[in-house]
Amino acid sequence: MSTLPWLHPDRVALLEAALRQRILILDGGMGTMLQGHQLDETGFRGERFVDGHDGNHAHGHDHPGSCDLKGNNDLLTLTQPEIIRGVHEAYLEAGADLIETNTFNSTRISQADYHLEHLAYELNREGAKLARAACDTYTAKTPDKPRFVIGILGPTSRTASLSPDVNDPGFRNVTFEELVDNYTESASGLIDGGADMIMVETIFDTLNAKAALFALSELFRARGSRLPVMISGTITDRSGRTLSGQTSEAFYYSIKHIRPLSVGLNCALGAADLRPHVQTLSNVAGCYVSTHPNAGLPNAFGEYDETPAQMAAVIGGFARDGLLNMVGGCCGTTPAHIKAIAEAVSQCAPRALPSEEQEAA
Amino acid sequence: MNITRYTRLAGLEPLVITPDLLFVNVGERTNVTGSAQFKKLVKEERYEEAVDVARQQVANGAQIIDVNMDEGLIDSEAAMTRFLNLIAAEPDIARVPVMVDSSKWSVIEAGLRCLQGKGVVNSISMKEGEDVFLEHARKVLEYGAAVVVMAFDEQGQADTCARKVDICSRAYKLLTEELDFPPEDIIFDPNIFAIATGIEEHNNYAVDFIEATRELKKRFPLSHVSGGVSNVSFSFRGNNTVREAIHSVFLYHAIKAGMDMGIVNAGALMIYDDVPAQLRERVEDVVLNRRADATERLLEIADQYKARKGETVTENLAWREKPVHERLAHALVHGIDQYVDEDTEDARQQSSRPLDVIEGPLMAGMNVVGDLFGAGKMFLPQVVKSARVMKKAVAYLLPYIEAEKLRTGDAGKNNGTIVMATVKGDVHDIGKNIVGVVLRCNNFEVIDLGVMVPAQKILDTAREHNADIIGLSGLITPSLEEMSQVAREMQRQDFQIPLLIGGATTSRAHTALKIEPHYKSPTVWVKDASRAVGVAQSLISKELVDNFMAKIRTEYADIRERHKNRSTAKTLVPLQHARNQRFQGDWTNYTPPQPQKPGLTVFDDYDLAELRQYIDWTPFFQAWELAGRYPAILEDDIVGKQATELFADAQAMLDKIIAERWLTARGVIGFWPAHSIGDDIEITTAKNLARSGKQTGARLHHLRQQAEKPVERPDFCLSDFIAPKDENKQDWLGGFAVTAGIGIEEHVARFEAAHDDYSAILLKALADRLAEAFAERIHERVRREFWGYQSEESLDNEALINEKYLGIRPAPGYPACPDHTEKTALFELLDATRNTGIELTEGFAMYPAAAVSGWYFSHPGSQYFVVGRITREQVDDYAKRKGWTREEAERWLAPNLDYDPE
Repeated sequence: MSTLPWLHPDRVALLEAALRQRILILDGGMGTMLQGHQLDETGFRGERFVDGHDGNHAHGHDHPGSCDLKGNNDLLTLTQPEIIRGVHEAYLEAGADLIETNTFNSTRISQADYHLEHLAYELNREGAKLARAACDTYTAKTPDKPRFVIGILGPTSRTASLSPDVNDPGFRNVTFEELVDNYTESASGLIDGGADMIMVETIFDTLNAKAALFALSELFRARGSRLPVMISGTITDRSGRTLSGQTSEAFYYSIKHIRPLSVGLNCALGAADLRPHVQTLSNVAGCYVSTHPNAGLPNAFGEYDETPAQMAAVIGGFARDGLLNMVGGCCGTTPAHIKAIAEAVSQCAPRALPSEEQEAA
Repeated sequence: MNITRYTRLAGLEPLVITPDLLFVNVGERTNVTGSAQFKKLVKEERYEEAVDVARQQVANGAQIIDVNMDEGLIDSEAAMTRFLNLIAAEPDIARVPVMVDSSKWSVIEAGLRCLQGKGVVNSISMKEGEDVFLEHARKVLEYGAAVVVMAFDEQGQADTCARKVDICSRAYKLLTEELDFPPEDIIFDPNIFAIATGIEEHNNYAVDFIEATRELKKRFPLSHVSGGVSNVSFSFRGNNTVREAIHSVFLYHAIKAGMDMGIVNAGALMIYDDVPAQLRERVEDVVLNRRADATERLLEIADQYKARKGETVTENLAWREKPVHERLAHALVHGIDQYVDEDTEDARQQSSRPLDVIEGPLMAGMNVVGDLFGAGKMFLPQVVKSARVMKKAVAYLLPYIEAEKLRTGDAGKNNGTIVMATVKGDVHDIGKNIVGVVLRCNNFEVIDLGVMVPAQKILDTAREHNADIIGLSGLITPSLEEMSQVAREMQRQDFQIPLLIGGATTSRAHTALKIEPHYKSPTVWVKDASRAVGVAQSLISKELVDNFMAKIRTEYADIRERHKNRSTAKTLVPLQHARNQRFQGDWTNYTPPQPQKPGLTVFDDYDLAELRQYIDWTPFFQAWELAGRYPAILEDDIVGKQATELFADAQAMLDKIIAERWLTARGVIGFWPAHSIGDDIEITTAKNLARSGKQTGARLHHLRQQAEKPVERPDFCLSDFIAPKDENKQDWLGGFAVTAGIGIEEHVARFEAAHDDYSAILLKALADRLAEAFAERIHERVRREFWGYQSEESLDNEALINEKYLGIRPAPGYPACPDHTEKTALFELLDATRNTGIELTEGFAMYPAAAVSGWYFSHPGSQYFVVGRITREQVDDYAKRKGWTREEAERWLAPNLDYDPE
């Protein structure tokens, strides 16, 4: 696969030049921003789903009874595109170089919760288009600071290497093949919508991620060109392992075959707790290193209360120690956080890409 | 910053192959082709225990574990998936990377789909050309694994250094240039072949490997070289000292040349410097091919080392000089019964009471045996031999003890009394007898009621002797139901003593689900003879019993709970669905072969010497709880010595069995016109074909798989292999019943009278093997002569054992046709009892136990399969076809039910 040409060679060249120059800024959380709009069920449905089914879909949304669509944030790409675009623009305004598409749950498996499996491809394509348009507008304003669209592939709600049944450790509720099919469809949408790269993120089960990478390899091969691939895992607690039990070093070795543009960690922990694991990745990774932590650990009400200044202070330390190439925020972060982080790292040199060398025999 | 380019694999934790690792050990026990024990566990779906095998390997230092499920009777893809999913849930196993090992690409792919870490594929090669090779390698890369590349191309396996280097270099070039495959993820296997075979062309094989390794590491320093080391010394089978010396010298040079990975038992390797100088020099001559007469010169001295190691070879009588206590201990531990009477007499004269000899030196000796056995330093055949010594000593003392008892009224005390029996309807007793011996060794009084024992007799005996424990054994599936009955009876008759359950078809799950709930007092499944003593002692001991039973009861309750909530992962399809997905025999284009000799053929006294060559020895070692495949087991690092001794004893007894005609082999085969009607097979006009002339037709009933499968994989039923009635093709069904056990009782009785359980068990195990060999040999002749559809076939014994022939011979009561009662129809068609002397018990076991019967199918697509679980719908359908009630059907098909009958 590494022998395939880039789909957008000029954009990859710009991206690599920028990565050599400085630490690039990822955007922040989507959920917190949407909460501000206080959308109700009608708001989530928009015009297209006003009758309780998909008005654009020939077969309708015809399962019996009603199914709330509230909470299906990815659906807003179709029903409230101006809100999503507004969030993207707020982050661009705050200084983000890299905008993540609103497609975290845009897989068949995750949309099945809302009986909207048939939207998977469309959500990804439209999600990429929205982010593309926002990025292009800002790049036009300041051409010396090109912005890039990261097409997001989320983890889905299932795990390929963990049993959901405590009594039968060998049981699985999703297969590798199902995940490959899901990710192939979603990634096609992201590519067709104009994403510059693909990020497999919030990986708590590496086998899910490997299915995504397998799908990407086959898809790129079928299309005859590829996009850069970013990987971001999730350390679920202070034990320093993924939910499926891997250390961050083992995690990197398990995904390194895709020859990623970057590897990193996001979600679950705040920046301070993530630091030792980002350090580990930085020690072993032959590619760029990213992180987008939460705004601290959730409080008793499930809210994140690390302030922009607090978070930026910790991340400034990462950057000064040369651990980072890309940084942003995950749950609980806002444009104010991203702005503070951007300022904190602006004077720091990016982590130099290590050279791989042969052991003298 | 620099990152050194190393192979970086991962399980839950990373494995970076740096030069200071020197040599990476790959664990080999989770491989069904290399471990009989693991194969059995997988075949029987005893996955919990199979997972333990993986755990032990990692605990013993395996840095990677090799997993192989290549076995004809196993659904390899499903087994690979199940096993890898299970070990994924065990952090102490999953921490190391997995080597997915299969000769089938689909199995490798199934394995790769379960690995979250970075594993290794073993292996791919250019055997089928560059295109397939590259396609597989590309997939390996996409799945994220390293790969073993065998030095194998379109022309075959590479033997010379030049070919090894050429093929590996060509593979390397393709991988790195066509696919950009990372060089550090390539592991070459340049083929290790046997040396010193006497064939001149083989003399340079080790040098070829070592030199190829050196050249490959020079050309491709980032890649690795691996191989299966034990092959190199294959010609010195039976001489472990010389073999280990060869391995040591070979590895010394191969590692120096750059070999850095391999499947070896590192713990058993001899240190190069410890190889005696003379031996080392001559081994080195052979390994490095330094002189033309190297093999002869090694052979000259080889025996000397063989003798030095095996103390049983040259008798060393130094122990005879020791005090009598030590002599008895020595005799017990080494199983030497030659001097037992005189030593026992010495001891008796030195003791105040004859009982003191048993409770003193003899028990002390047996305790040593028990400890060594418990620690895995002694194996079952040795223990049984030790027991023979013990029994003879006790027999010698018995008259003195009786006299003493008369005088003083003092009876000795033992650990407890156990009543043991093979249940009603079943005749298999080898395992039970071994358990009896082991328990006696540990000072339990064992009352063995033999085989086919009705429940009431077992219970009456237990009451009469005030027994402390009852032990039930059985091998065939109907015995499971009978054991459950005995448990119910024990409860009804107010028994309170513990009940032990054992035998090949029993399981922890069955005991938990179907036996324990019926009996309130302790009910415990005993896995094998080695566990029997621990269990019995725990049950007898007042201090241990409560904790022990609390643990067992929780365990069984968990199993029941899990069973109740068992996932619907393996959902079954409706019967009609399964029937629609039947195996298609291509009947329009296929013409079934007509038998050369229709009707019955009887063999009254088959030549045992001929059958001897057809023996499959692997199960023989299994019967003695020695794990490993024949012949490799003879050189196994752990049980090899013991297996070799047992094998020698078996050969010596076989000589006598044949020369002195201890056993008679009788058999009958037959072929009848047949067609299938749905899942049944109808014998059409058997008139005049059977000697008895009795039957004019018969209807045979079979069960169909109901597993959910992809459309291209059929849900099998044996009737699929016979032409359906409406095809109007003349098809045939065959059947057979053979035994090698006629006349066995007299010899077993003779050994038992001589307190020689070892020989009695050995004889039964050999009779079993001869019966199986008889079945194998006759099946071969059926294919070549009597049915004659494969007259050109020529296979060696190993190929026969691996079932590399066309057509099958499934046995009623076994996975493809699990209903034992179908033996009735088979026996009637064959008039088997009159023609062979084999009788059917009420549980449909065959007596003598050393007997095999089954059906013959000739269709080239016929294959063994496991019916597995079936729904109530099929049970009802089957009951209707058999004229049974649902309850009857559920009783006979109990192990196959996918539901709990009311």
